[in-house]
Amino acid sequence: MDLTYTPEEEDFRARLREWLAKALPELPARPDPLDWPGRRAYDLGWQRRLYDAGYGSLHWDAPPALRLIFLEETELAGAPYVGANFVGLLHAGPTIAAEGTDEQRARWLPPILRGEAVWCQGFSEPDAGSDLAALRTRAVRDGDDYVITGQKTWTSHAEIADWCELLVRTDPEAPRHRGISWLAMPMDAPGITVRPLRTLAGPAEFAEVFLDEVRVPVANRVGAEHDGWRVTMVTLSFERGTAFVGEVVACRRTLGGLARTARANGRWDDPVLRRRLGRLNAEFTALWRLIQWNVGAGGEAGGAPGAGGSVFKLRYSQARQELYDAAAEVLGASGALDADQEWTAARLSSLSYTIAAGTSQIQRNIIAERILGLPKGR
Amino acid sequence: MDLRPTADQRALQTSARDLLARRFGRDRLRAAVDDPALDRALWRELGAAGFFALRLPEADGGVGLGLPDAVLVFEEAGRALLPGPLVAGHLLAGVVPGAATGERVVGLCDVGTGGARLWEHPEDCDELIMVEDAGPDASCGDGPDASSGDGPGASSGCGPDTSSGDGPDAYWNAPDWPTLAPLRSIDPLTPLARVVSYPRRAPRALDVPRLRREATLLTAALQLGSAARTVEMAVEHAGRREQFGVRIGAFQAVKHLCAEMLIRVDIARSAVYAASLTGQSLPVIGAKVLADEAAVRNARDCLQVHGGMGFTWEADVHLHLKRAWLRLEQWQSGAKAEEALAEALLADAAAV
Ligand SMILES: Cc1cc2nc3c(=O)[nH]c(=O)nc-3n(C[C@H](O)[C@H](O)[C@H](O)COP(=O)(O)OP(=O)(O)OC[C@H]3O[C@@H](n4cnc5c(N)ncnc54)[C@H](O)[C@@H]3O)c2cc1C
Repeated sequence: MDLTYTPEEEDFRARLREWLAKALPELPARPDPLDWPGRRAYDLGWQRRLYDAGYGSLHWDAPPALRLIFLEETELAGAPYVGANFVGLLHAGPTIAAEGTDEQRARWLPPILRGEAVWCQGFSEPDAGSDLAALRTRAVRDGDDYVITGQKTWTSHAEIADWCELLVRTDPEAPRHRGISWLAMPMDAPGITVRPLRTLAGPAEFAEVFLDEVRVPVANRVGAEHDGWRVTMVTLSFERGTAFVGEVVACRRTLGGLARTARANGRWDDPVLRRRLGRLNAEFTALWRLIQWNVGAGGEAGGAPGAGGSVFKLRYSQARQELYDAAAEVLGASGALDADQEWTAARLSSLSYTIAAGTSQIQRNIIAERILGLPKGR
Repeated sequence: MDLRPTADQRALQTSARDLLARRFGRDRLRAAVDDPALDRALWRELGAAGFFALRLPEADGGVGLGLPDAVLVFEEAGRALLPGPLVAGHLLAGVVPGAATGERVVGLCDVGTGGARLWEHPEDCDELIMVEDAGPDASCGDGPDASSGDGPGASSGCGPDTSSGDGPDAYWNAPDWPTLAPLRSIDPLTPLARVVSYPRRAPRALDVPRLRREATLLTAALQLGSAARTVEMAVEHAGRREQFGVRIGAFQAVKHLCAEMLIRVDIARSAVYAASLTGQSLPVIGAKVLADEAAVRNARDCLQVHGGMGFTWEADVHLHLKRAWLRLEQWQSGAKAEEALAEALLADAAAV
């Protein structure tokens, strides 16, 4: 048990902090949430700055301690979050790094790190959500290409993505888990239609993606043919285990803001609300500790976080919803019902956290069966 | 930076678990339910194994380890439902002669504002230390609680040597000094008495804020151990018991109860271990809040998974729940803890 950072790590922190103090004021104004090209340019621009300063690949190749310092410091400084780089940096990229060939790594990773390519995730389909292995999008081999037909849905950032990590069925005869392949699909290929879907929070954050005889080179397959399910598990463990980690620091900051606001508007006098905020303080502090625990455990296992990621994902998604529920109480009716109020908007989007990246029920199944070893069932 | 126990720490924890399995297995646990008098021989054996002297310097006959190591050992005690004033024995090992070796059994009673004023194993303690609020304005009288209207505390027996406002915050008592209100303890393994009043005849110079922090943390570690044990009990049962032709663990409703139990343990463990490293007040309080929640709710869910069997005296589930309820009241009650954590948010905000 050790929470101390080495002098080298502290030195890294100091240099990063110094750099952030210089870099952040130079950033352009944040784009409007509805301005997709603007968001893309902003998020990629930030990644480019990180890259130029030597921080571009921290999510992948840095020792876990440095990564945590990076997340802590960028959040504390109020730096932009990964945004449109979410899939590329936090799960497609790490998957390619872990499972791709040298050639694939050389081809796809540098553009992600340099802030030149946005990736999206084409896993879910209308009839394959929690039951992802039910996916039906077909890929038929034709010479050096796969010809792909089917539909993906809930695809975040599809409108502005250059690449899609795509799951397809390459062998319809095989048992469900053995006929899937993991492909990198260029989003400008002919035959792709992206139809934005509005979310309950207002903006169109995700889209339907229709695939009509889209040709993708066989060379774009990561992992062996029909072995995509195994690769998918790697992707999902990155998504659940590490992708949300930075947000915990942001939540802790928001919590401080809630307390300050409540103090200013008089709601602080309500002991029930105070105690609720106090408990959330304990909760988010502990979540950060759980991250530190998982990072240690993952480092040992060689990269991908294990089922422990499900524990974090589940508890964090609940805590985030509780945080913004508390915010509604702090704000009172006029704030809580104002869709433009920042915390109210965040409350709406927090509703997706117990669904996206595997619902809470699915995480509980995983924890019960894979960690606790309870019998399989339905 | 790695929150997980080192190999040495894991070995320490395993040896504590082995000792407790050998000396306080299920038979002993159930025997203690019928006769909760403290097993003095076991207490001395714990002393010999370094349970109490764990953090005393080796030069003083201690083991020379730190708070994180103590937390791991206390987690094992919580798992095993080991009864007795363990926290007191450990924290007073360097203060009260004979406590470190387990020769003497010493109690610790929180008589601060809102403190539980409960004395564990009153019949078994050779001496008792009363812990008042820390700080210069701990009031005279019979413990600050007396003035808060909570209970019948009278001011009789306030010694002449305790009139100053910034005197010591801890008082030594012989077992027959305090005035007690009898109480049939909900936990069959932990007899209790409520301290109504006590004399402040024998002040003790103790670092009370630190004592409170460490008592809170070690109590949280006990809760953590119990919470971890009840997950195991629930999972074992769910993997064995059959209904509708299948093991009940195959039912999602059962599975999800078990998954939530594990999550509570993991989050509490991260909080408790991290707090043991920093030793700071707020993380300790936060850890206690989460460990309390884990212990109490896991015991309840464990009961649910056991069905009617879980409601019997024979099953051990109720022993965990009752102990968890008791520990919940000790050292940091939910309300007070949450208020402190809330207050800290304002301080944080000011600092930013
Ligand atoms: C904001 C957001 C962004 C997303 N982004 C992407 C993306 O970029 N790419 C992508 O591929 N997908 C994305 N998704 C899709 C997401 O992964 C799925 O929504 C999720 O896996 C659930 O699938 P579903 O929506 O089909 O719900 P369903 O699977 O139909 O689930 C409906 C309900 O049934 C429950 N349920 C289902 N099966 C079980 C079971 N076995 N046991 C217990 N309960 C069960 C679920 O928990 C849920 O409550 C996104 C979703 C959201 C909300």
